Amino acid sequence: MPEITRAEVAHLANLARIDLSDDELDHLAPQLSVILESVASISGVAGDDVPPTSHALPLTNVFREDVVTPGLTPEQALSGAPAVEEQRFSVPRILGEEQ
Amino acid sequence: MITRTAAELAAALAAGETTSVAATQAHLDRIAEVDGAVHAFLHVDAEGALAQAAESDARRAAGATRSALDGVPIAVKDVLATEGLPTTCGSKILEGWIPPYDATVVRRLKAAGLPILGKTNMDEFAMGSSTEHSAYGPTRNPWDLDRIPGGSGGGSAAAVAAFEAPLAIGTDTGGSIRQPGAVTGTVGVKPTYGGVSRYGLVALANSLDQAGPVTRTVLDSALLHEVIGGHDPLDSTSIDQPLPALVEAAKRGAAGDLSGLRVGVITEMSRQEGGLSGWQAGVLARFQESVDLLVKAGAEVVEVSCPSFVHALATYYLILPAEASSNLAKFDAMRYGLRVWPEADASAEEVMRATRDAGFGDEVKRRIILGTYALSSGYYDAYYGQAQKVRTLISRDFDAAFERADVLVSPTAPTTAFKLGAKLDDPMAMYLNDLATIPANLAGVPGISVPSGLADEDGLPTGFQILAPALADDRCYRVGAALEAALLEQWGGPLVPPEEKLS
Repeated sequence: MPEITRAEVAHLANLARIDLSDDELDHLAPQLSVILESVASISGVAGDDVPPTSHALPLTNVFREDVVTPGLTPEQALSGAPAVEEQRFSVPRILGEEQ
Repeated sequence: MITRTAAELAAALAAGETTSVAATQAHLDRIAEVDGAVHAFLHVDAEGALAQAAESDARRAAGATRSALDGVPIAVKDVLATEGLPTTCGSKILEGWIPPYDATVVRRLKAAGLPILGKTNMDEFAMGSSTEHSAYGPTRNPWDLDRIPGGSGGGSAAAVAAFEAPLAIGTDTGGSIRQPGAVTGTVGVKPTYGGVSRYGLVALANSLDQAGPVTRTVLDSALLHEVIGGHDPLDSTSIDQPLPALVEAAKRGAAGDLSGLRVGVITEMSRQEGGLSGWQAGVLARFQESVDLLVKAGAEVVEVSCPSFVHALATYYLILPAEASSNLAKFDAMRYGLRVWPEADASAEEVMRATRDAGFGDEVKRRIILGTYALSSGYYDAYYGQAQKVRTLISRDFDAAFERADVLVSPTAPTTAFKLGAKLDDPMAMYLNDLATIPANLAGVPGISVPSGLADEDGLPTGFQILAPALADDRCYRVGAALEAALLEQWGGPLVPPEEKLS
């Protein structure tokens, strides 16, 4: 079954928006390969005729009346923010220098 | 005071023999005495708990108690949002976060009058089976401080086992209530999926997570389950049906008569050969004795095979990381939690990457990467898609087994508590602790773990798992209480960790 390379782990970490150090990449790649090897055993267990289950119990969409209900105040909503400006979440710059 | 069960405390409060303030203070004193060694708590709220206890006493004096457990203190796993109290999920990325709202479970505890002692330790974002993945250091097993208390809810189980709290709340995604219960000699219940609201529970895997009771007796779990369970419009997966009569089922079970009950022993999870492997001899011995006690109480035993269960662990470790990697995307350093600047003028993306590197621990990173891989184009069908199909097969095995048996039984965990550090660098070895508990989460069915004795090899607790069909949580309580009563009679009293180990 597929071995997961160091380069692949770096790519996945990039997709998941996590900076991994060289040490972490060295450490993670072989561990993930062992895990993948173990979980790969399920390939072929279920035939094409078996439907997938995303939720164990049947779900139906839940609606409610479109009326205003009490929610968080702006102060409460912002209370855990790393930075706040003019009653808004203050975030680092979104665009790069060249944009 | 602290060795009383929640039901006994409630009775003493009702009889006017003690007060909620006295009961709460006794548990706070116990925490001060032993939690340096056990480390079950991440945060203790002495002031808040005593204020809630005083209010409870005032209500009682005015004849206005709110529930059977009004005034009985409780500990809450740090994965549930508590207004005004820190909620870290055992992670550095949420260090210092104070939620502006209560989880529905917490709101119901407060409405029922239970003083909240504090928040309990856990593996980071509930990822683990030993509580060693907490960013704030491991919890230790009260039976042997060099051993793990199970996970992810090791803090809640250890708090109850060490008499730091009569009751606690846990959450169970693949066994995080039941496996800690087994290795600490306590009772833990995973309700039917949707039976207890997930609103305000920081999600690990939405389709698997379920909050439930952590206690020392089956009756206490039933009492607590009735407080926290039932429909919640704030959770769209909440079951819109009344709970079964759980306390009544526990009382009926304790009377000891199981005539007419069919108990299914799961072949794949009850012997060394012919299914899943790795069972400790002492665990299997205590399991067989408990089965014999159920027979003595009148139950009929049938052997049932659930062949897909051997694939449950692999299925789980594809579905869980896939859901977790999506859920944990919300920790982006923008609206709450940690924000790390790699350099002064870093972009939002660079801040996000640096924050997630600094804020997440090894196990969380492993599972996010694994989930990202399982969901990538080109691998999706082979991994996540296949896992969802095997999930169907596991549910079908349960359906077939419940045709032949009213409840299914197995040991809760394959071994007793292992030494701290023993499996920390071997993720697969760690994952194997959950092989008996995972199928219930995949199928959404309820389960309970009841202490079944001490293993001969090491003198450490073992657990007996009882699984019932979805919505039939009352059967777990009936059979659990019957087994508990029979074992207590045999032992002459409850199993208690040796006090000298805690000092």
